Amino acid sequence: MAEAPPLLSVRDLRAGYGPSEALHGVALDVREGELVTLLGRNGAGKTTTLRAIIGLMKGRTGSIRIDGTETIRLAPERIARLGVAYCPEERGIFASLSVAENLVLPPVLRPGGLSTEEVYRLFPRLDERRASQGTKLSGGEQQMLAIARILRTGARILLLDEPTEGLAPVIVDQIGDIIADLKRRGLTILLVEQNFDFAARLADRLYVVENGRVAACFTAEEARADPARVQSLLSV
Amino acid sequence: MFDIPIQAIFGQLLLGSINGAFYALLSLGLAIIFGLLHVVNFAHGAQYALGAFAAYLLLTYAGIPYWGALVIAPVIVGALGIVFERLFLRRLYEVDGIYQLLLTFSLALIIEGTLRALFGSSGIPYNNPLPGGVNLGFMFLPYYRGWVVVLSLALCLATWLIIEKTRLGSYLRAATERPDLVRTFGINVPLMITLTYGWGVALAALAGVLAAPIYQVSPGMGANLLIIVFAVVVIGGMGSLAGAVIAGFGLGIVEGLTKLVYPTASSMVIFVVMVVVLLVKPAGIFGREAR
Repeated sequence: MAEAPPLLSVRDLRAGYGPSEALHGVALDVREGELVTLLGRNGAGKTTTLRAIIGLMKGRTGSIRIDGTETIRLAPERIARLGVAYCPEERGIFASLSVAENLVLPPVLRPGGLSTEEVYRLFPRLDERRASQGTKLSGGEQQMLAIARILRTGARILLLDEPTEGLAPVIVDQIGDIIADLKRRGLTILLVEQNFDFAARLADRLYVVENGRVAACFTAEEARADPARVQSLLSV
Repeated sequence: MFDIPIQAIFGQLLLGSINGAFYALLSLGLAIIFGLLHVVNFAHGAQYALGAFAAYLLLTYAGIPYWGALVIAPVIVGALGIVFERLFLRRLYEVDGIYQLLLTFSLALIIEGTLRALFGSSGIPYNNPLPGGVNLGFMFLPYYRGWVVVLSLALCLATWLIIEKTRLGSYLRAATERPDLVRTFGINVPLMITLTYGWGVALAALAGVLAAPIYQVSPGMGANLLIIVFAVVVIGGMGSLAGAVIAGFGLGIVEGLTKLVYPTASSMVIFVVMVVVLLVKPAGIFGREAR
């Protein structure tokens, strides 16, 4: 892994809401095929980092390179076309669209994505509920739909924001299996998590974000060997 | 009171459908713009008048007859709408809605004032391109009025089909809910917003061209109509497209039938309905309660 060049490279990233800065110079790298987790307390800047990478934070400064292309000034739709897909924390399922319409809403931007049939095979629950209104699904099903719909687009980099938040343990396990499967398919994943055990099970590397900066970086081996050290950075 | 001749009923039904056709076209445009931009387009009436004036100017100065104006006038006025959105309206999306209201209202005043200064307040007649009519036995149907109702219905249906049944329409509906998220799917939402505004304005201009031979072409023609159209949109449900169309035609007919039963009430019946709807179902008949 170490010799692969970073597919996503962030340097000195600053962004904020109105006058208050939330990110004070985030730096991180994600190599092709890697699954990297951002851990950190509430309000540490994890979600803001993902939103800045996909281009939703106005007035962001610093450098974000995607496969070598500088995107710090690009609009979200341009960044998406470079092969980045974003799954928001609140899932963003559309109430005015059915499950099937939600699933095929994001257009295919690049070759290499899953076909609609493959997506349904991966998520049989969604297949059963194709005609339902998107927001009538359970929380776990909505989360699956939010992940499923970005798999058709041909994106190479997935930005997943707390996909396990508020879900029952059995659903969390299913989501974990799906994310592991996506990694095996060669996708590059940047995952925001509060759940250390979930993150440690999946990730190649873990960043700890604190006060809008990256405070520490661990490989999966280091984190599993000394979980107490990582946990101490996360506890209040 | 109820011994009304059948001819009179059909006559008012026709008159009601014609007024309803204009209400529907205008309220549909307003609803489309409000749905995606969350802007109440107070310039809608002025843009309708602009459509009628464009038809008049095309005929007078370029010799382009009604049928050409029917296509060219909406394109010109829609393009002006697009320029307005890009240069002015766009700058106000992030601030309070009252500023968009003020901006579109001032645009309406500027357009109406300019038209008044150039052409005067009195109406300018526009020749009926489809004179004559057919006697249906129970009533006389002027060809032009039939054409207005048919074309308006077809345009409303086409717009509804595009928005409800096509891929572009699903982008529009999704962008109404979460424009930021739709952008992360690689869809150029700002461009879509511009074109949607242009489409809504073009519908208003087309209604203006349709109206020219029936009513006269005058600077104030839109302002009078717009008040009723706002009531129609509120009754149908803000942002509901089907609601705008059904309420448009329905209220035109209600207004027409009121003329038979109690003529003095016909100019206020729509507002009475609006008050009742607001009291019983504030989101409008077809509107969803605010999420």
